[in-house]
Amino acid sequence: MTRAQLLADDPIWLILIKAVVLLLLGAVATMAMIILERKIVARMQHRPGPNRVGPNGWFQSIADAIKLPFKEQIIPDTADRKVYFLAPIMSTIPAFLAFSVIPFGPEVSIFGERTVLQLVDLPVGVLVVLACSSMGVYGIVLAGWSSGSPYPLLGGLRSAAQVISYEIAMGLSIVAVILYSGSLSTGDIVDKQASGWYFYLLIPSFVIYFISMIGETNRAPFDLPEAESELVGGFHTEYSSMKFALFFLAEYVNMVIVSAFCTTLFFGGYMAPWPISLIDENYFNTGWWPLLWFFGKTWIFLFVFIWLRGTLPRMRYDQFMRLGWKVLVPANLVWIVLVVALRAIRNESEISTSTFLIVGGIALLVLIGVVFLLPERAPAPDGPVVPVTGGGYPVPPLDLKVPDKADLKPRVRRRREKAAVGAGADVQKEAGQ
Amino acid sequence: MSALLLAQEAATHVTTGEAIAFWVLGPLALAGGLGMLFARNAVHSALFLVLTMLSLGVIYMVQQGPFLGFVQIIVYTGAIMMLFLFVLMLVGRDSSDSVVEVLRGQRLWATVFGVGLAVLIVAAVARAFTDVRPVGLAGETANGGQGNVYNIGKALFTDYVFPFELTSALLITAAVGAMVLGYVDRHTRGRKTQKELVEARFRGEHDRPSPLPGPGVFATSNSVATPALLPDGSVAEESLSRLIDATASAKLDEERKAVAGTLPGPDARALAPGKEES
Repeated sequence: MTRAQLLADDPIWLILIKAVVLLLLGAVATMAMIILERKIVARMQHRPGPNRVGPNGWFQSIADAIKLPFKEQIIPDTADRKVYFLAPIMSTIPAFLAFSVIPFGPEVSIFGERTVLQLVDLPVGVLVVLACSSMGVYGIVLAGWSSGSPYPLLGGLRSAAQVISYEIAMGLSIVAVILYSGSLSTGDIVDKQASGWYFYLLIPSFVIYFISMIGETNRAPFDLPEAESELVGGFHTEYSSMKFALFFLAEYVNMVIVSAFCTTLFFGGYMAPWPISLIDENYFNTGWWPLLWFFGKTWIFLFVFIWLRGTLPRMRYDQFMRLGWKVLVPANLVWIVLVVALRAIRNESEISTSTFLIVGGIALLVLIGVVFLLPERAPAPDGPVVPVTGGGYPVPPLDLKVPDKADLKPRVRRRREKAAVGAGADVQKEAGQ
Repeated sequence: MSALLLAQEAATHVTTGEAIAFWVLGPLALAGGLGMLFARNAVHSALFLVLTMLSLGVIYMVQQGPFLGFVQIIVYTGAIMMLFLFVLMLVGRDSSDSVVEVLRGQRLWATVFGVGLAVLIVAAVARAFTDVRPVGLAGETANGGQGNVYNIGKALFTDYVFPFELTSALLITAAVGAMVLGYVDRHTRGRKTQKELVEARFRGEHDRPSPLPGPGVFATSNSVATPALLPDGSVAEESLSRLIDATASAKLDEERKAVAGTLPGPDARALAPGKEES
């Protein structure tokens, strides 16, 4: 039986169990992720990190999760109440919804019922994840707008622009995977990777997906919507208590989703990694074992998220947008055309693999030669160079001429006076008060 | 086959789940549409429209068109409405529609075209009820293909490739046109570079060469509303930002004055004491 048929047979109690497990999975993963992130970043920065609650501070997340909902809730006077309430909900629900199409494992037996470790296998499963992430932005944007203060609004605007641009790059990077697997269903994509994982077959797609998934989840170095040094807290500056907790939850669940999605698309989903897959005719790819591989791969990506946050400085907003629109999207389009051309050639004509590789190699060599022939761009000429008196340090020149103040002053004064005449009446009035 | 017969046939084919979905989503979509028309706030209007589009997307999914449903959600709610919201947020939360007619005869033509569009839509829907025979999209082999997504892809890239390309050409033209019209070069707008600005400041073309002083940070407070102190201990007026506490100060101005006792007392000729007309 196919995956879809197996899933269609599920009795209602099994569907409920799966749904509850997925819901818990998001919450538990968030708590684990927060404590791990704090511990790992602390280690990277040579400090102890949380170390008070429980053994070595490992229960800190639980304490925080209990504390946060009980904190005082402050709603700004200028907030648009209804939208302010709606925003955290709109950001959390789509995040959890996307879990439903992720295939966690192959056919197993739960209480005697044959089923697949997946809630639903739609023929358009990939689109479900994209739709959920595009709905999740509403939460952030509306939170920024409804708070009624400048910094959250800026955060919301940034987030809208950022997520839309990076969703384009993300969607395009998935196109190559769909072309190779010939299906939009997540389960089929995993099955098609039995002959080879896509992360090395489609390297450019994987790289672009990886970059855009970090941009999509607003994580460092792309965490511009909540850039602490620029926007206080960004879109959630005015949020507190449970509502803030929901934003937190949504962000971390989104990270788990994009990591799980990346595993599904490029890393063979629940399939056992190479040396293990050779044991006993792929015994470790049956039953409940694949769950281990799936979560192992997902947590590697989650670790990379933390690693990047501990390592890279935040990008400037214009640099970030330039990367998205001028590098990732065009590179992706060229790559898609290439993939389509290659597949068309292989499908249409009878070319042996060796001829194919030889022709490809020659084409690559010609391309490299052409690149070498291109004239190098001359370095931009520097402006007037600071005169240096010696020793290599930029010290003031010996014949330094201090600007003549007497020459400068009258002009300034004249201008000031001119301004004062224009605004004279106002100035006097203010001075009188 | 008459319309009545077809309607009866369709009625017998509707499953319970589909009926429930329709009776939940239909009113929601309608409420969203009405809400969009009657909401005072532009952002609320946009949100009601999002509700309508989401309901329509789910209705498509229920009608065995999952691809169409999710594309509706991704493209319309995810991208287009988001851009709408983006613009509305930039315009400002409290801005309302202008009642001044900018283009002459705008309303008349809007009414004429609106009625025309309504007639077209009603005609198309009526034709769909009477002439078109539904074949259904359920099942892998419906419409003689390998499922819904496969069929749409095949139709788009074979029979409808020219209209499809034409639409994309139209959209690109529109986007490029908007960019050409909207783009203003920095130099024609007369904006200076940072270097030119610095030089201008030091030539004395601005009020002061340096930025305004920052807020004071003392042991008692680190609020941005704290004024900086000058060397002689007096408050540096320039360090106080009107912008940061504009909302609160404007709102609380009266109360502050009342507490400070600087509010003008009751008018001798007024019947009720207290509030100053503003």
